[in-house]
Amino acid sequence: MSDITDLTLAGLRQGLKTREISSKEATEAYLGRAEAAEKLNAFITPTPDKALEMAALSDAKLATGEGGDLEGVPLGIKDLFCTEGTLTTAGSHILDGFRPKYESSVTANLFGDGAVMIGKLNMDEFAMGSSNETSFYGNVINPWRRKGQQTPLTPGGSSGGSAASVAARLCAGATATDTGGSIRQPAAFTGTVGLKPTYGRCSRWGIVAFASSLDQAGPLTQDVRDAAIMLKSMAGHDPKDSTCIDQPVPDYEASLGQGIKGLKIGVPKEYRLDGMPAEIEALWQQGIEWMKDAGAEIVDVSLPLTKYALPVYYIVAPAEASSNLARYDGVKYGLRIEGSDITRQYEKTRAAGFGDEVKRRVLIGTYVLSAGYYDAYYLRAQKVRKKIFDEFLETFKQVDLLLTPSTPSAAFGLGEKSHDPVQMYLNDIFTVTANLAGLPGISVPAGLDRQGLPLGLQLIGKPFDEETMLRGAFSLEQAAGFNQRPDEWWVG
Amino acid sequence: MSIDKETVRKVAKLARLAVPEERLEPLAAELSGILGWIEQLNEVDVEGVEAMTSTVDVTLPMREDNLATDYTGGKRARDIVANAPKTEDHFFVVPKVVE
Repeated sequence: MSDITDLTLAGLRQGLKTREISSKEATEAYLGRAEAAEKLNAFITPTPDKALEMAALSDAKLATGEGGDLEGVPLGIKDLFCTEGTLTTAGSHILDGFRPKYESSVTANLFGDGAVMIGKLNMDEFAMGSSNETSFYGNVINPWRRKGQQTPLTPGGSSGGSAASVAARLCAGATATDTGGSIRQPAAFTGTVGLKPTYGRCSRWGIVAFASSLDQAGPLTQDVRDAAIMLKSMAGHDPKDSTCIDQPVPDYEASLGQGIKGLKIGVPKEYRLDGMPAEIEALWQQGIEWMKDAGAEIVDVSLPLTKYALPVYYIVAPAEASSNLARYDGVKYGLRIEGSDITRQYEKTRAAGFGDEVKRRVLIGTYVLSAGYYDAYYLRAQKVRKKIFDEFLETFKQVDLLLTPSTPSAAFGLGEKSHDPVQMYLNDIFTVTANLAGLPGISVPAGLDRQGLPLGLQLIGKPFDEETMLRGAFSLEQAAGFNQRPDEWWVG
Repeated sequence: MSIDKETVRKVAKLARLAVPEERLEPLAAELSGILGWIEQLNEVDVEGVEAMTSTVDVTLPMREDNLATDYTGGKRARDIVANAPKTEDHFFVVPKVVE
């Protein structure tokens, strides 16, 4: 075996099953790479001891021919997932020292299938951000750099640590979450695959809540097959989340090879923006050609309400966040700043514990829900959201999938957009629609721009039809043949 | 719709966030910028549209009325207070709230 960490998750799993590789070897290999990649700041809490313990248990199972679907596979876990006994921060100061007494359902599913946790990954505070610059634990640095330059770039956000660690091969795959694009945008910025399932496919129980009607967990992986494998383990009914659907989980991997002959792929003209780089437009055209060549039929479609998706999101998400984040009061867990009375204690704790972006969103959410403004903002937004949802369902009567760019630009420099909230929010313009409508979406790396940075294409599928979406993604991946990796400047 | 300094003060109070006096004005400008951008929703005709409540068409599931034995079940007082900054026995301790 040349280098274990060169393998995909599927390849590693095969090696573990046939016992050519032990989980201990694989875990040590990834831990070694992670330790050498401190400059990327992808981890908030590495968990080497726990990882080696879990790997030993996996090796014992593998030795007797037992073991689950992911037995012995080292994964990174976004620090939004509660992990029993392991510090869980959500990237926030306000959760200082929080060691959950329970395990999130998604991580419980993964560990139940034998996965090994190598650490908790950095992220934007409470998943609020598109550049990983809002984390209390510092920026994550994108492993990719512009050709011949050393400017530190964002890995995207909020799952910046997940994306950077998969791109730099610090773990075989990572968990992530997506509320407005937080899986797919970082995947596009780092040349990795990011899948947001249909709302209700994965349990949200034990995931630190941001915007409950939009949040969904998904995998961030090296390729489409790996995404299919991880999703199968992460998904499934959970009575502890009343919005988690009780439907059987298909064998997603089995659908990959079916091809896309005869599928109808919609191309929504509203995803063509003024001022979008020509390279992204060209890549989108290339994607259309690839899908045609694979036997799909391209259908021009129109989704006129697309431009209203982000403004709707920036009412609904902060409104839900302001309610969800009311629980951080310095009483039950985390940071506490003493005050003269209980109200002062709440106010001081929250002022010290939340960062600027979180405060901004809590204030907006509180404002749009406050007496006198509820109808004008929140109610109107939920009505526009319904129209966006109906528009998608109508379009999906004519097509099986939608093909769009994943992001309106490649990765940008850290600090380049953080001064203007609205500019930052526009990053999610192509991804946020799927969250509002609860639809599954996936970003697949499709090429490099002229500066040598990865660009992604997105497929959006029908509700609970991740299988067709994965078939499409696999076909795109085969056609694109994206196999570039970043230079390992961070080592040494 | 632009927000003034006094509105920020009021909303911050509702959100239980201490905001220093010198931050009120800049926050008013930032929030006005965001809300100004959101105003474009007024262009959409929502007459007769029902507000969205869920993207998944399911009725809320009911469970048996039994005491759960998993994480959501009883007898976990010790776990519940385990992460609290200040406790006494199985109670959260806060500053005095009654005279």
